[in-house]
Amino acid sequence: MATKTLLDARDCEITLNRLCCQLNEVHFPWNNSVIIGLQPRGTRLAMAIASRLQKEHGVSKVPFGALDITFHRDDFRRREEPLAASPNQMDVLIEGKRVIIVDDVLYTGRSVRAAMDALQDYGRPQRVELCVLIDRRFSRELPIQPDYSGRRVDAIAEERVRLEWTNDLPSVLIESTPHAAQR
Amino acid sequence: MPHSAKLSTHHLLGIKGLSPEDIHLVLHWAAQFKEVINRPIKKVPSLRDITIANLFFENSTRTRLSFELAEKRLSADVINFAASNSSVKKGETLVDTVNNILAMKVDMIVMRHSEPGAAEFLSKHVDAHIVNAGDGTHEHPTQALLDAFSMTEKLGSLQGKRVVIIGDITHSRVALSNIYCLQKLGAEVAVCGPATLIPRHIYSLGVLVIPRLEDALEWADVANMLRVQHERMDRAYFPSIREYHMRYGVTMEKLQALDSIPLILHPGPINRGVEITSEVADSEHAIILDQVQNGVAVRMAVLYLLAAQGKNIV
Repeated sequence: MATKTLLDARDCEITLNRLCCQLNEVHFPWNNSVIIGLQPRGTRLAMAIASRLQKEHGVSKVPFGALDITFHRDDFRRREEPLAASPNQMDVLIEGKRVIIVDDVLYTGRSVRAAMDALQDYGRPQRVELCVLIDRRFSRELPIQPDYSGRRVDAIAEERVRLEWTNDLPSVLIESTPHAAQR
Repeated sequence: MPHSAKLSTHHLLGIKGLSPEDIHLVLHWAAQFKEVINRPIKKVPSLRDITIANLFFENSTRTRLSFELAEKRLSADVINFAASNSSVKKGETLVDTVNNILAMKVDMIVMRHSEPGAAEFLSKHVDAHIVNAGDGTHEHPTQALLDAFSMTEKLGSLQGKRVVIIGDITHSRVALSNIYCLQKLGAEVAVCGPATLIPRHIYSLGVLVIPRLEDALEWADVANMLRVQHERMDRAYFPSIREYHMRYGVTMEKLQALDSIPLILHPGPINRGVEITSEVADSEHAIILDQVQNGVAVRMAVLYLLAAQGKNIV
């Protein structure tokens, strides 16, 4: 299995800062917007973005939630084993709010579809946007595109793109796993 | 808990056939589903392509409602069947009844039956996931799982914890399933009740017998009270309800005399003033209504995990 680093921690810091600026441009002062991280892997990125907005971009409080989409996935009973669910932490109101869904890697778009479905359980947002660190373009299976994207990547289906975290900063790795099925 | 894991079985016939990992898996998922049923919208679409038949050959209110609610919260299609108004009365056999239902494309059967082993028998003869919702005096696995879930919610891991089951052990499927389940989770289990209602071979299960209620309560971290099942009392197992209450009924006075008061569970329906007084049942020591709520979450977990075994779409 070959692994190569696509973005190191420093690259990611710059990218995260840019994403924060772009989000701020639209959502400042954050009194009508909510960041929702997708469990399990999007949550960490969403938290990193929220804390960066608060520490370095002059936002006093970023409303934040973590959404688990397991029960809304469209591949239940189509995989060998069910994926384990993660806790939901939706202590925020999304009714009438502008919601930004945050995930680490956008691939087929199916997780995001499930997330939009799951969000409805909590209310009707005024608008839903999508923010991802990595956009694996050309591999979408649904008509879903990000509003904010860190880096576009052309990875083939046999490759796996994942984030590795050290001290609140990710680095992005790309692994070639010839036979492993992608999530 | 691994990122993905599945049950070792295609049916839930009893706790006896489950591994400790299976039980932990169900409890883990139940916690997720408990969060779901406390959401503003308490429904997820996971089982929307599954049809479940609830076959109740024996009367039940709370178990049937709990299963039905769990099924509906998972978006399954549900059909209900009660033996009292069916062709069973006309002499149809169990396998024929069920195969007729399966011919209408049903994926899963939840069954309560008065014969011990009915669920296992069915699992060998029909092609569907079977969930045992109580088979005579044998097992009632989902009750044991929800009891264990309710205990872990209050006490954390059950490893080394002491649980006493009090009352009619002989006629109780709840007792047997509880014993298997708690032992697999590492708890010490004792039973307490009139000698006439303790099965003779109970020791072979590795269970302690504590004859006096006061000793049992002192020993235990958790007391699981069983209902006095008047309908199964074909003989006089104890002289009178009043005497049963005096010796085996849990009262506030008996609890207050203890060094530490155990957690009180009861599978319901309660005979107030017989095995437990109203004062105890409504006190903060009893988690009877928590058990009812957890019942839905645990049954959702069981149905979800069994449905995931199917993978019969592609």
